[in-house]
Amino acid sequence: MNIFKRFSKCLNTIVAALICVIIGLAIGFLILTFLSWRSLAAGADPYTFRDVIVQAWKDGFLRLIEGGTYPIFNNATASYRKMRTELSLLPPLLMCGLSVGFAFKTGLFNIGAAGQYTLGAFGALLFALVLKWPWYLCLIAAMLFGAVWGAIPGFFKAYFNINEVITAIMFNWIGLYGVNTLMYNEKLTSLPSMMYNAKTTKTFTLKAINSDAIIPPLASDEYIKAHKGDTLAEFLQSPVTYAVVIAVVIAIILLIVLNKTVFGYELKACGFSRTAAKYAGINEKRNVILSMAISGALAGLGAGLYYLTDTLQWNPQESTALPSMGFDGISVALLASSNPIGTIFSALLIAHIDTGGGLFSAKVFPPEVADIVSGVIIYLCAFMMLFKNIIAKPFVFLGQLKAKLTGGNKEGSEKK
Amino acid sequence: MEDYVIEMLHITKTFPGIRANDDVTLRLKRGEIHALLGENGAGKSTLMSVLFGLYDADSGEIRKDGKTVHINNPNDANALHIGMVHQHFKLVEVFSVLDNIILGAEDTKHGIIQKDEARKKIKRLSKKYGLKVDPDALVEDISVGMQQRVEILKMLYRDNDILIFDEPTAVLTPQEIDELMEIMRGFAKEGKSILFITHKLNEIMAVADRCTVLRKGKYIGTVNISETTPEELSSMMVGRNVSFTVDKDECKPGKKVLKVKNVTVPSKIHKNNAVKNVSFDVRAGEIVCLAGIEGNGQTEFIQALTGLEKVGKGKIVLKGKDITHASVRKHSLAGMAHIPEDRHKHGLVLDFSLQENMVLQKYYMDEFQKFGFIKSRNVLKYSQGIIEKFDVRSGQGPYSTARSMSGGNQQKAIVGREMDRGMPLLVAVQPTRGLDVGAIEFIHKEIIKARDSGVAVLLVSLELDEVMNLSDRILVMYEGKIVGEFDPKTTTVQELGLYMAGAKKDRLKNKEAKDRSRIKSHAKGKKESAKAEPNRKTSKKGR
Repeated sequence: MNIFKRFSKCLNTIVAALICVIIGLAIGFLILTFLSWRSLAAGADPYTFRDVIVQAWKDGFLRLIEGGTYPIFNNATASYRKMRTELSLLPPLLMCGLSVGFAFKTGLFNIGAAGQYTLGAFGALLFALVLKWPWYLCLIAAMLFGAVWGAIPGFFKAYFNINEVITAIMFNWIGLYGVNTLMYNEKLTSLPSMMYNAKTTKTFTLKAINSDAIIPPLASDEYIKAHKGDTLAEFLQSPVTYAVVIAVVIAIILLIVLNKTVFGYELKACGFSRTAAKYAGINEKRNVILSMAISGALAGLGAGLYYLTDTLQWNPQESTALPSMGFDGISVALLASSNPIGTIFSALLIAHIDTGGGLFSAKVFPPEVADIVSGVIIYLCAFMMLFKNIIAKPFVFLGQLKAKLTGGNKEGSEKK
Repeated sequence: MEDYVIEMLHITKTFPGIRANDDVTLRLKRGEIHALLGENGAGKSTLMSVLFGLYDADSGEIRKDGKTVHINNPNDANALHIGMVHQHFKLVEVFSVLDNIILGAEDTKHGIIQKDEARKKIKRLSKKYGLKVDPDALVEDISVGMQQRVEILKMLYRDNDILIFDEPTAVLTPQEIDELMEIMRGFAKEGKSILFITHKLNEIMAVADRCTVLRKGKYIGTVNISETTPEELSSMMVGRNVSFTVDKDECKPGKKVLKVKNVTVPSKIHKNNAVKNVSFDVRAGEIVCLAGIEGNGQTEFIQALTGLEKVGKGKIVLKGKDITHASVRKHSLAGMAHIPEDRHKHGLVLDFSLQENMVLQKYYMDEFQKFGFIKSRNVLKYSQGIIEKFDVRSGQGPYSTARSMSGGNQQKAIVGREMDRGMPLLVAVQPTRGLDVGAIEFIHKEIIKARDSGVAVLLVSLELDEVMNLSDRILVMYEGKIVGEFDPKTTTVQELGLYMAGAKKDRLKNKEAKDRSRIKSHAKGKKESAKAEPNRKTSKKGR
């Protein structure tokens, strides 16, 4: 009975999230239709309403919802590369989502995931390129760097009651420019000579410097050779690495920590009611710092998992904007109502839509439409409670009806 | 036909898992004072919220002067001249009394508020009904009693003639309660109709004409007060007979469990100390009560005592252990159980389930954890035990969130949790706040049982009945000081009331003199001060 109740409660949330997604996609389609109409109207050829819809559907919407699977569906011989790229986006996105979600669960708003992510990237690259450590140690370094960057706003929150949002935003920028300066400015340290490749204006590839630091792909070389052309072997190549597994495992660990442990109990108590936690003798100051540190470590690890797959290098010159990953984490966490397992799916969805946006025919549709769609979805998440109530209404009504039928009899007999 | 001004017919309102009102009918005559009586969670507040337009009833109808009306929000209620004084006042603290009264009903001319007319009207009303207020004082500066008068004026200013009072006497002194009763009688004489929600049977007997009783959401009956007795009312409400006096044996004080010496606590609001040089002991097997009107330093003292806030000066010793500056957890481990004053702020994590809340003070113990993992089966079993023993009612038992429970049941849960810990010292701050007579009787019995088993109890209460019934010794606190010590057997409610209100300060002066002499004697040597203490007690009792 209890399990059933829990499941139905869960289901309610899932359906509400799906409604958000569907409405978001519908609005995306309307925008695509509008853009399609404008582009056809600008052309010289005559067009019908059907053309507008077909173009919006085929060149826009379908690609959006097919995401990384698009080349496979449309061209059987095409490589699985897009799909793999999409999957390689999952670990950092998921970790940032977990980072923000974890902080939410403990009553904090970690808007500093972007900064912690930046520090995590720096930590990972520093240990990989300069100290030439293997990937697993670099990951730990990334976590530590992120944790420190998260703990600082936590410290200010706990001891001086300074809103963590403000401190975290400051530390985002301090982190970003600090890291860029360290990587780029040769006068300051000798780090740039070891990390920064002036030709590409990016950090060196791991492949060139320290291939031990690359997280191994899920399928070994032998396996790929033996099963060439197999779907599975195609899927599990670089950049689909153990990072995916690590991220998912961490999501599960977080679920257990939050719901089954004394530590999670304390963190949640602090999150729901700081005063009641204090009354219960929980050291709420320590817990605030700790949960910000853990949140930061998760974001830092996300950066480590991404930059150590070696698909992308850090670009200190171009990176004058904060990595969007940290902010996408907020969306991912919101969509999942901060549930760690839900975060896996919402991260997949956001990665999927973003990849799909990149596949638009660029002349007609800008890839930013994908951002609008995910933006609308996140915005709708604020109405999640409303959707939940709407979904619950028929059930409540049925319950009332049942109560009326059974309760009515009872009353009748009592009156007699 | 009777002249009913409001009729609520067959009202049913369901919340998830609980039927708050089940076919409830309430008829209010013109010019009567009608009491609404019921246990916690009996559905009184729900019924009034339906009438005031805060909730929408699932079924049933509301009639005003015989005509069916639909009340969808408080504005509709206002238009029908229904006004309500809520249990927790709805005032803007930084606004003046005048601004609060006209808020939402301002007269404007070209968009500018016209206050002169309003001021005249308020003055007229306040004179007519004896509601003394200062229109220009800020609400945050005035006493709770005056705040209530402001709430009443708010209703009168809007020409309401159906007045709902939701537990209006909970925050008042005995003298203020008498005044309020007089004011209510005046309203009734004028033809206004009053709905009066309360737990206190003696108030109903004193002022009401008729009384409607609810039990577990169901309508039990309406009786004429002139034809009934408190015993009948309480058995209607609870469904069994309830005894009003607390049976207890002679107090047999044992060793000193808690020693409080010269404790001073700085105030968070102003520069003065909220608690000034307070000293007393609590022995095993006795109930010491700290009585006083809200806001005289009790809250600050208890927070300092329990470790929630810092102690300024002084010393607190629990079972021989100095806990003056110890953490909250250390207080708990040293043997202190604490029923907090504010159940929402401190007592419960509202978004936790009931079972999670039941282990709030014990979750870290071996009983409930292994290698840092919570033994959920033990938590469930343990919480079910408390729920059963203390009759905590909720929609989904241990799984319901604390937030969804009624105030009384939240309180029962906290009391159950703290009493069940079996600590040598129980600090109980208003343990029966917002509870009905049945639950109060039960909790009083439990507290006395604990006392008889050798628990030292420090009770803080604003209810004089509770103070008189339960305690073995009474300390009255006024403006942060203990102004007198009384034996409940030899003192009267009236006398306590005078000390609580600061009207009598004889003993205060006496105490200050004593303090001064004690400080001097401190300087001379500890031995003498130790002697001075028993002296103080005897001299007070002798007076």
